[in-house]
Amino acid sequence: MDQPRVGLFVTCLVDLFRPVIGFSAVALLERAGCQVEVPTDQTCCGQPAYNAGDLKNSRSIAQSVIRAFEDFDYIVAPSGSCAGMLRAHYPDLFKDDPEWSPRANHLAQRTHELISFLVDIRGMASVENVGFEAQATYHDSCSGLRELGVKAQPRRLLATVEGLDLNELPGAETCCGFGGTFCIKYPDISNRMVADKTADITATGADLLLAGDLGCLMNMAGKLKREGSTTQARHVAEVLAGMTEGPAIGEPEKAPGT
Amino acid sequence: MKPQSHLFKENAKKALNDANLARALNNMKAGFQDKRRATIAKLPEFQDLRDQARDLKNHTLENLDFYLSRFEDRVTEKGGHVHWARTPAEAREAVLEICRSVDAKTVTKGKSMVTEEIGLNDFLIESGLTPIETDLGEYIIQLRHELPSHIIAPAIHLNKEDVAETFRENHTQLDPNRRLDQVQDFTDEARAILRQKFQSADVGITGANFLIAETGSTVIVTNEGNGDLTQVLPKVHIVVASIEKTIPTLEDSATILRVLARSATGQEYSTYTTFSTGPRRPGDLDGPEQFHVVILDNGRSALLGTEAQDTLRCIRCGACMNHCPVYGSVGGHAYGWVVPGPIGAALDPGLIGLEEAHDLPNASTFCGKCAEVCPMKIPLPKIMHHWRVKEHEAKLSPPRFRQGLAMWAWFARRPRLYRLGANAAIGMLGRLGAKRGRFAKLPLAGGWTAHRDLPAPSRGTFQQQWARHKRSQAPSSS
Repeated sequence: MDQPRVGLFVTCLVDLFRPVIGFSAVALLERAGCQVEVPTDQTCCGQPAYNAGDLKNSRSIAQSVIRAFEDFDYIVAPSGSCAGMLRAHYPDLFKDDPEWSPRANHLAQRTHELISFLVDIRGMASVENVGFEAQATYHDSCSGLRELGVKAQPRRLLATVEGLDLNELPGAETCCGFGGTFCIKYPDISNRMVADKTADITATGADLLLAGDLGCLMNMAGKLKREGSTTQARHVAEVLAGMTEGPAIGEPEKAPGT
Repeated sequence: MKPQSHLFKENAKKALNDANLARALNNMKAGFQDKRRATIAKLPEFQDLRDQARDLKNHTLENLDFYLSRFEDRVTEKGGHVHWARTPAEAREAVLEICRSVDAKTVTKGKSMVTEEIGLNDFLIESGLTPIETDLGEYIIQLRHELPSHIIAPAIHLNKEDVAETFRENHTQLDPNRRLDQVQDFTDEARAILRQKFQSADVGITGANFLIAETGSTVIVTNEGNGDLTQVLPKVHIVVASIEKTIPTLEDSATILRVLARSATGQEYSTYTTFSTGPRRPGDLDGPEQFHVVILDNGRSALLGTEAQDTLRCIRCGACMNHCPVYGSVGGHAYGWVVPGPIGAALDPGLIGLEEAHDLPNASTFCGKCAEVCPMKIPLPKIMHHWRVKEHEAKLSPPRFRQGLAMWAWFARRPRLYRLGANAAIGMLGRLGAKRGRFAKLPLAGGWTAHRDLPAPSRGTFQQQWARHKRSQAPSSS
């Protein structure tokens, strides 16, 4: 596959809250020699329903994702959580369904989280001519880390960004307390977890927090802003693609129209 | 014990407001996690041992009837007695009957979560006996009339100041001006007092980490030596254990012991690992005259063959709770039953009922840390998910949450309608939030904005911006 056809699974949060991550993903995939398409009939991977134990709706949403994406060589998402849903949980949802089980498995095998896809599948070893002056730290989002083994890949690429200093975050592998609907169902517990996380982030002295999942980033950035912190938060893809002109997560736009 | 798991949300809230508890939990996390990491780093075959331990326990569970009956045969051959108990009440009665048969007054106890499960202490007190906990942590919470908040460190929710206060209130026979600010002070004081109790006890009750079918032995691991004094000094030793503690052979115990202490306290081995096989034989220098094993089911056999069967592999090391950010935030009491933390969230609904415990498997972000550290490789998030499916089927989740979810799912299944709605909502939110870039307050998002700002969306969804971009084929318009 010289130029594999990649279907970008945008993820609902990126679609709704931070399109620049989607554009960054497209740019990085194209730099890695992929031909990128964005199916319009995608909404969400179905995790809110799945995590609530609603298998009927989860299956129905999963079927529409499978239909929209099964013809691509690869399916790539700028999120370990959503990619993990497609990869680890879709096969489980259909394990007793002779028609959908092979289709779910076929999709799962070709689904990847963005950064690990770039490094592990496309062999990307560096980003060229990309610079960003920052003292950064990195949070490992749980699903990417534990379901998909995303750990070294973002660090390897970030090390090639000019001007970026990456300081490891103590407890980088501890959950930030987002957990999808968890943060709505148990707001007080979620708050304690994210407060512990932002205390660790602040202690590193970093002025930039990076991660690979927008849900976690919105949680941590939202808490940092509430605490009056000046630490900015961005998705790792924005930095790797050099798309850092616009405001960081939760920051106002500098001037209209930027 | 009477479950309080239906009060999880309230109790979690109280726990989160308890600064003392937060301090104790922070100390715990640092201690247990670092020690475990260090000791496992020194054992290259640790991951292989986890596989072996899992496999041998799976094999046992698949043949549990066989191994339990072999265990009973061996115990009987060695001169001991096995008592089967389907329910907590049957287990309590069995224990009481043995105590009465020797006219017991004082009963010493080694740490046993199963006796907490069956509420044995209160029952013995009501029946006129005096049970005395001899594990330091259990002794402290017995004095405080509290329940354990952790399965291997029952008083982990307390700080040193709390313990000093409890000892001063209860040990009034001692000098009120004595020093009580080091762990060593507590240990020394408790040891001096407990020595007398050990010597006067008529019956000693312990739990068991394993029941070995091959030999009829029961095994306990402790760090204080209190378990040995409990089971060796009195005339009668009663072991109270649940059915899933069974393992086939002596050698199997070695496999699990190698992962147990490392996962629990980060020790290579616990200080004491004690095997008990039958009562004292002629010529033995010590040991009890009678040896009884009360084996409790209490709902466990009903989990065999279900998606929750894997919870029965648990060896109660506590690693899942030591590493769980939810347990680390609210502590063990909030869970409302004897087994807290991730294993509680996976096991308790099966033992005390989903209606009582359905909050527990929901109170997880599915971060997966528990399964990562579990020495028995129990897929804890998967089992919690199983209970969420059952909860959804039984319509036990809050109606507002269910309605919101149903509405969202209706749209998520219809991409075109979803897009129309998303474009409208995001357009509005984007305009409202553009100036500050975030919201401090937003209708319907109170759970979020009570504690943190909500980052505002950009102008338009990705799909809208992408469509514009494709039309113009210009570089990124974000």
